[in-house]
Amino acid sequence: MTRKAADEHVGSPTAFSVRGLTKVYGTGEAEVRALRGINLDLREGELVVLLGPSGSGKSTFLNILGGLDNPTSGTVSFQGQEITALGAGGLTQYRRDHVGFVFQFYNLIPSLTARENVALVTEIAPDPLSPEEALDIVSLSDRIDHFPAQLSGGEQQRVAVARAIAKKPDVLLCDEPTGALDSQTGIGVLEAIEQVNREFGTTAAVITHNAAIADIADRVVIFADGALSEVRVNERKIPAAEVSW
Amino acid sequence: MSALNRKLLRDLWHIRGQALAIATVIACGVSTVVMSFGTLESLEITRDAYYEQQRFADVFAHLKRAPASIRDEIARIDGVRSVDTRIVEAANLDVAGMDEPVLGRLISLPRRGAVALNQAVLRRGRLPDGKRPDEAILSEPFADAHGLLPGDQIQATINGHKRRLDIVGIALSPEYIYAIGPGVIMPDDERFGIVWMGREAMAASFDLKSAFNDVSLSLMRSADKSAVIRQLDQILAPWGGIGAYGRADQISHAFVANEMEQLRSLGNIVPPIFLAVAAFLLNVVISRIITTEREEIGLMKAFGYSNLAVGVHYLKLVLLITAVGVALGFLVGAWFGRAVTELYADLLFRFPVLYFRFDLQIFAAAGGVSLAASGLGALGAIRSAVNLPPAVAMQPAAPTVYHRGLLNRMGLSKGLSQPTLMILRHLGRWPIRAGLTTLGISMAVAILVASLFFFDAVEHLLDIYFHHGQRQDATVVFSEPRDIGAMVEIGHLPGVMAAEPYRAVAVKLHLGARSERGSITGLDGETTLHRVLDRDLNAVSLPHTGLVLSTQLAEMLNARTGMRVRVEVLEGRRPVVDVPVTSIVEEYIAAPAYMRRAALNKLMGEGRLISGVYLQVDSQYSGQLYRHLKETPAVAGVSLQTAALDTFRKTMAETLNIMLFFYVLFGALIAIGVVYNSARVSLSERGRELASLRVLGFTRGEVSYILLGELTILTLVALPLGCIFGLGLAHVMVSNLNTELFRVPMVVAPATFAVSMLTVIAASAASGLIVRRRIDRFDLVAVLKTRE
Ligand SMILES: Nc1ncnc2c1ncn2[C@@H]1O[C@H](COP(=O)(O)OP(=O)(O)OP(=O)(O)O)[C@@H](O)[C@H]1O
Ligand SMILES: [Mg+2]
Repeated sequence: MTRKAADEHVGSPTAFSVRGLTKVYGTGEAEVRALRGINLDLREGELVVLLGPSGSGKSTFLNILGGLDNPTSGTVSFQGQEITALGAGGLTQYRRDHVGFVFQFYNLIPSLTARENVALVTEIAPDPLSPEEALDIVSLSDRIDHFPAQLSGGEQQRVAVARAIAKKPDVLLCDEPTGALDSQTGIGVLEAIEQVNREFGTTAAVITHNAAIADIADRVVIFADGALSEVRVNERKIPAAEVSW
Repeated sequence: MSALNRKLLRDLWHIRGQALAIATVIACGVSTVVMSFGTLESLEITRDAYYEQQRFADVFAHLKRAPASIRDEIARIDGVRSVDTRIVEAANLDVAGMDEPVLGRLISLPRRGAVALNQAVLRRGRLPDGKRPDEAILSEPFADAHGLLPGDQIQATINGHKRRLDIVGIALSPEYIYAIGPGVIMPDDERFGIVWMGREAMAASFDLKSAFNDVSLSLMRSADKSAVIRQLDQILAPWGGIGAYGRADQISHAFVANEMEQLRSLGNIVPPIFLAVAAFLLNVVISRIITTEREEIGLMKAFGYSNLAVGVHYLKLVLLITAVGVALGFLVGAWFGRAVTELYADLLFRFPVLYFRFDLQIFAAAGGVSLAASGLGALGAIRSAVNLPPAVAMQPAAPTVYHRGLLNRMGLSKGLSQPTLMILRHLGRWPIRAGLTTLGISMAVAILVASLFFFDAVEHLLDIYFHHGQRQDATVVFSEPRDIGAMVEIGHLPGVMAAEPYRAVAVKLHLGARSERGSITGLDGETTLHRVLDRDLNAVSLPHTGLVLSTQLAEMLNARTGMRVRVEVLEGRRPVVDVPVTSIVEEYIAAPAYMRRAALNKLMGEGRLISGVYLQVDSQYSGQLYRHLKETPAVAGVSLQTAALDTFRKTMAETLNIMLFFYVLFGALIAIGVVYNSARVSLSERGRELASLRVLGFTRGEVSYILLGELTILTLVALPLGCIFGLGLAHVMVSNLNTELFRVPMVVAPATFAVSMLTVIAASAASGLIVRRRIDRFDLVAVLKTRE
């Protein structure tokens, strides 16, 4: 079954096509080459886990995929459309219509409740879930009117996931979504991501430092010093519920 | 409601303290403008309506006596709409409880059905009965000063005859909004009053049957006023006319116009400065607040909100705060404006009716400036925040690059604690922010200095005028010029310690195209009572020849030392002579001109005549002396310096004080608003950093010290700076506030600086305490968990 799952996407259309992607921060002495010519294709409906040591360029890569940052050179195409050629307005539209984000530090708006934080996104999405449905998926129905300060870290992260999936995005980009969570809570978050990936066919990319999590992926991409050191198909994909660390 | 709008309201609630402080600053700026201009506008339309309704004349003339038939001749002058002839005479009034002589001006009431100008408004009682010659109406300020009511009686000496007058009514007149007696410069309602009597009764008393001695004209819109005045003078010359004049030289009107002009100058300077300062502060504070929202802006963009949507969101927040401030400013400004107008109308001008008008343009301008200032401040900050790629904006602000800086290189940092170093490095890292905060606080000091200084200026002016210049206790005015011997007589009266003669002559001065009505005061060379002072307050001896002008008069005539001024005398043989200006002296009140008395007598072609005497009086005998003077027929009136000082304070100074009170109040509020905001913004900018320090084990005191130490340094730098700016503003005010009636000296007492600085220090301390309390209550966990 797992074998099949891994092969499932081979014939799917390409979601992302990344070519020669580089990112350089700063100039002269302070120059940091965060990405050094990345080439990678992600297929629709695929769940990819990104691994690699700290500073290897994972977040930078994900941010550029999500249209949060511009590369120094190279291109990223999404569904055949070159997003690296888009202006600010085009990128905004791209993020609004296609992308859901989950950040390591939750980044909830402190002055809005769980429901309102989700509503903030559903209000501008074309065909969203209701905030209640989204929060139900992450099992937070009973905390719906709590403010971020009244939620635990794991709960806040689940709100962030609900917020990301509520618009039924085409791609879900998660930067260390479980980094700050215990294994049980972390698994809950992963299950939610997995569920969206499965049910809506959302392409998902998850950054993690936790090699165990790689087991839930269709493919594992390993970064080292701004380049890809290894891309491997996961032979034995297992559901998030069975992962442990 | 959308989640975004809900966020807006919650954020607003979250920063309510700050929002309130910002709104207060705006409200102060706006309400100063609305109040000042609203008051002025209302007073002006009230005055104009009063003039219109009571048919206040355009041209006035007094003469000895002319037959009634002359009236038609006057009416035929081109441009004259209507003519009113009256009998106007002086009388001595005897009011119970007053030792000093009280001067009355008797004015004949128009005959029934006649077209009258300068109509009085009956406030109580009724008009005199034509068959009862002893019935009279009193002017309201005079009646109020003595507590007189219809039904009361007063004694009057009319043309040498003692009579008892029955008061049947109390009235106000547009001609005597300020009643100023002959020979004095200030209205004194206790010692000078208007009395209206029937025409027949007055004609009988003064032997003016079928005759008149006073004319008023109203003119057609198209009339050439100076041509009318010229022709009127020609017609009246044979009948003892002493020169017709327009409203500008009508003393009550001049007074009222002067006060309004002063209000206008004040209004033209202070409120715009307030508004500008408020706008500036707003701009600074708003852009700092937006800057602290950088991460949130990045997050919203990450979700796909467009730059426009994000911009509009924050703009809404800012404009909401501003709108609250503007609305508050409108309300408070209109309310205060109304109250102040009423105060002026009742206490000072005594207008019988009152109209309010608040110009919509002023509202719009004040509101527009505020909204624009905050909008622009916000836009600048929003633009730089949305222009960042969201990934960068969202990064928990990259650690700021600090430098070891000068202190280190000089080896001075050794002795400093880490917190002190943090303060200094922070200031050095954000010099513009520190500079703007300092500028803002110093503006608050400056506003206070520039508002408060005015009280110093008036005190200084009064001190010079009454204690250095005019040191007499009383001024005796003769009804006709008399020989110098009259002074000797008066000098022998009980209680007189010193007496000094003067000669005052009504003149018109011409220089080039300019001409001014006024009077020349002739004084002796070495005087001890009425002294002419130079800039250093030293008494100067008047030169034997030539004219000495006050700065104000010199400015009005554009005269400089050495120029020859044409003096047209308006009394006696009415000579016209060219006289050189020999010097110019600084005088703060009125616009006098001086000559040696001997030279003035010579110019007049007369003997050693005097118009009156200045007296120094032993206060023990003053009652006796004044009773004596009252019995002296040659004495038209006595004016007392203490009364003049009082009325000066009551009228001129009060007019400005009322406004200034509000300016000081608003200035103080602005100061508080600025300082509080600076402290609060610093707190939210650095909340996380400071909370982290607490987590690392720094005490509350140490953490507060880092934030408040910075505020203290900025405040300390701002204080002297603010005093300097304040001096600058005061200079601007002084040069705009000079009028014919008084000049404002440029004097700022040390106490003014002290009070201004203390107010701001107090505002800083209070803000510091509030911020300190917040630091004490830092929820360390929450600060680290979520963003402030
Ligand atoms: N704004 C920036 N300015 C300069 N250098 C940066 C900036 N952002 C990231 N970098 C550098 O780029 C490189 C890649 O950073 P990135 O955040 O992508 O790493 P990462 O793989 O996500 O690391 P981690 O696992 O620690 O999150 C790092 O060396 C980092 O120091
Ligand atoms: Mg990272």
